[in-house]
Amino acid sequence: MELVRSHILVCAGTGCHSSKSDDIIENLNKWIAEEKMDKEARVIKTGCFGICALGPIVVVYPEGAFYSRVKPSDAEEIVKEHIVKGRLVTRLLYDETKKAESISSINDTNFYKHQMRIALRNCGIINPEYIDEYIAFEGYSALARALTEQTPQEIIDILTKSGLRGRGGAGFPTGRKWQFAHDAPGDIKYVACNADEGDPGAFMDRSVLEGDPHSVVEAMILAGYAIGANQGYVYIRAEYPIAVERLRIAIKQAKEYGFLGDNIFGTGFQFDLEIRLGAGAFVCGEETALITSIEGNRGEPRPRPPFPAVKGLFGKPTLLNNVETYANIPWILQNGWEAFDKIGTEKSKGTKIFALGGKIVNTGLVEVPMGTTLRTVVEDIGGGCPGGKKFKAAQTGGPSGGCIPASHIDTPIDYESLAAIGSMMGSGGLIIMDEDNCMVDIARYFLDFTVEESCGKCTPCRIGTKRMCQLLDKIVEGHGTMEDISLLEDLCGHLAQNSLCALGQTAPNPVLSTLHYFRDEYEAHVREKRCPAGICKNLLTYSINDKCIGCTACVRVCPTGAISGKVKEKHVIDPAKCIKCNACMEKCKFSAIEKG
Amino acid sequence: MKSIEELKKIREQTLKNINLRKEDGGDTTRIVVGMATCGIAAGARPVLAACVDEVSKRSLAHVSVTQTGCIGVCRLEPIVEIFVPGEEKVTYVKMDEEKARRVIHEHIVNHKVVTELTIGANE
Repeated sequence: MELVRSHILVCAGTGCHSSKSDDIIENLNKWIAEEKMDKEARVIKTGCFGICALGPIVVVYPEGAFYSRVKPSDAEEIVKEHIVKGRLVTRLLYDETKKAESISSINDTNFYKHQMRIALRNCGIINPEYIDEYIAFEGYSALARALTEQTPQEIIDILTKSGLRGRGGAGFPTGRKWQFAHDAPGDIKYVACNADEGDPGAFMDRSVLEGDPHSVVEAMILAGYAIGANQGYVYIRAEYPIAVERLRIAIKQAKEYGFLGDNIFGTGFQFDLEIRLGAGAFVCGEETALITSIEGNRGEPRPRPPFPAVKGLFGKPTLLNNVETYANIPWILQNGWEAFDKIGTEKSKGTKIFALGGKIVNTGLVEVPMGTTLRTVVEDIGGGCPGGKKFKAAQTGGPSGGCIPASHIDTPIDYESLAAIGSMMGSGGLIIMDEDNCMVDIARYFLDFTVEESCGKCTPCRIGTKRMCQLLDKIVEGHGTMEDISLLEDLCGHLAQNSLCALGQTAPNPVLSTLHYFRDEYEAHVREKRCPAGICKNLLTYSINDKCIGCTACVRVCPTGAISGKVKEKHVIDPAKCIKCNACMEKCKFSAIEKG
Repeated sequence: MKSIEELKKIREQTLKNINLRKEDGGDTTRIVVGMATCGIAAGARPVLAACVDEVSKRSLAHVSVTQTGCIGVCRLEPIVEIFVPGEEKVTYVKMDEEKARRVIHEHIVNHKVVTELTIGANE
């Protein structure tokens, strides 16, 4: 690769890719050729910058100009102005970085300044499809040192002392897990990576694999060396085509460079890595179901113990970690356990990535030190709820987690604090809800998801989730009774105690936590047949108030002909015909339509 | 991959290429070439190319080559300005490829300002 004076980095993560970042790359290259700038500037595709709401993102170095919401047609201006003439394309600059005549660093913006990137350290900086760039940023140096200078036990000790805990959600100490797998007797052992990210709204693992696949590959080789395994598997869902492709390229390059295969670094250590594609079943994120699926069987869990560290893949001791956990490991080995131990809280060390979604201005990917408060994440980094709406709650841990209400917004985010308020860290999906979200409806949505995803092997989960969902349906439709609520609570306990795996055990969490913090909303649905947020259709009635001037706009937009009235006179809605589609409310310019 | 040395070699080679993407820690020397119409007409493009080439050949870390618009003394173009952190900027005028290479060698590598090429000596 020749040296050029300018690099144009274009985000090629899934978010920006779906807003045509590949066309931007194509156009940039076309204009660079046209302007004969190919000796001076180079286009590089890179991983997620995190601020997906502003995508597609293009960053031009050495200036570090951060262009947001770039369209393929903007490529011409970027090349002709910025590259050829050295003038910033001000209209595309991210607002917060604009200064009178120059730009301020992107790292000083609200979105980035509270963040600390360890697992995402290379995302948005390197080209994930080019191993040399990973190496340039200290990649594979931890592996080189480990293989040539450190014993497996030394590596495990470093991890144990670092305090790293599983990022898949449960938070089991990683060092201890490695120790178990190391100590388990057996000649053949396996290393596996859980990249079956299934929570609605979570995309941390996908972004790590898309932006920095080599960090996971390196960590898995390290794991193989530490526990004495020669074969590894990455279990990744087929719905992540870009991540699968980048991982495939990474494995191929690692093989060419001799990081995978026989006699790695001339030490005689041998390790190979294979990809196993999952069909997208949520239950396969559960470790025993995942292992069963890798073996080629139907993805169903089995009872533990024996734990995978003792009896896992093909009946052999198996070490299974999550993508984000692995991505932290090369960093810890390079920088020492002391550096990692310094970040975070007493029991939760390091950083955690969150996928911010829902009612939030800056939808995207953020990595913050453990112990950062929810307020910092939602208000400072996330920019609050759009339209100045009031923050109501955040859902962590997806269908297995719970909600954190606005009253707990100053809770530090770490494993213990979240568990204490009835939620959980989860894998990192963080769905923000504002005053327009109905909490009963949210609980119903997650139950609906678990009903779909229950594998059906054990009765409590198969039938329990279905019954819970039916009860919630009854409540949102306005036929619920107070007995239904207590029956619901009863079922929650049964599911949590009797289900075979974590899917069923944690399925009641969304219901339990919304019942705990928003019981009044459940009771409003049951007692008053009213949905306070105005979401549950069956409990809504639309009416027209005196502000109506008779403009007939609503009449024309109503799909069922439910609205009638004379021109310039107040109109009325026939509730028998109204399907509560909200079209009239959106159309009315005079706030004359009311729902409630 | 046989050894750590090989790994180091790849790292150093690639680092040279991607250094410009690293966050400026305030220790970057900037070579700024005037690239407005006047500069380009006077031959700034080959000067810029020579700067990039020289920085590459010498594996200079913490040196970036950028461009700027018209500095205002069009008759003295091509103009190259060197910003060494903590020092006053130096403006070189009427540059060509050969002079650019000389400036990088003497000013940036050996820290000696090439006085005869500066704007002061030419006014």
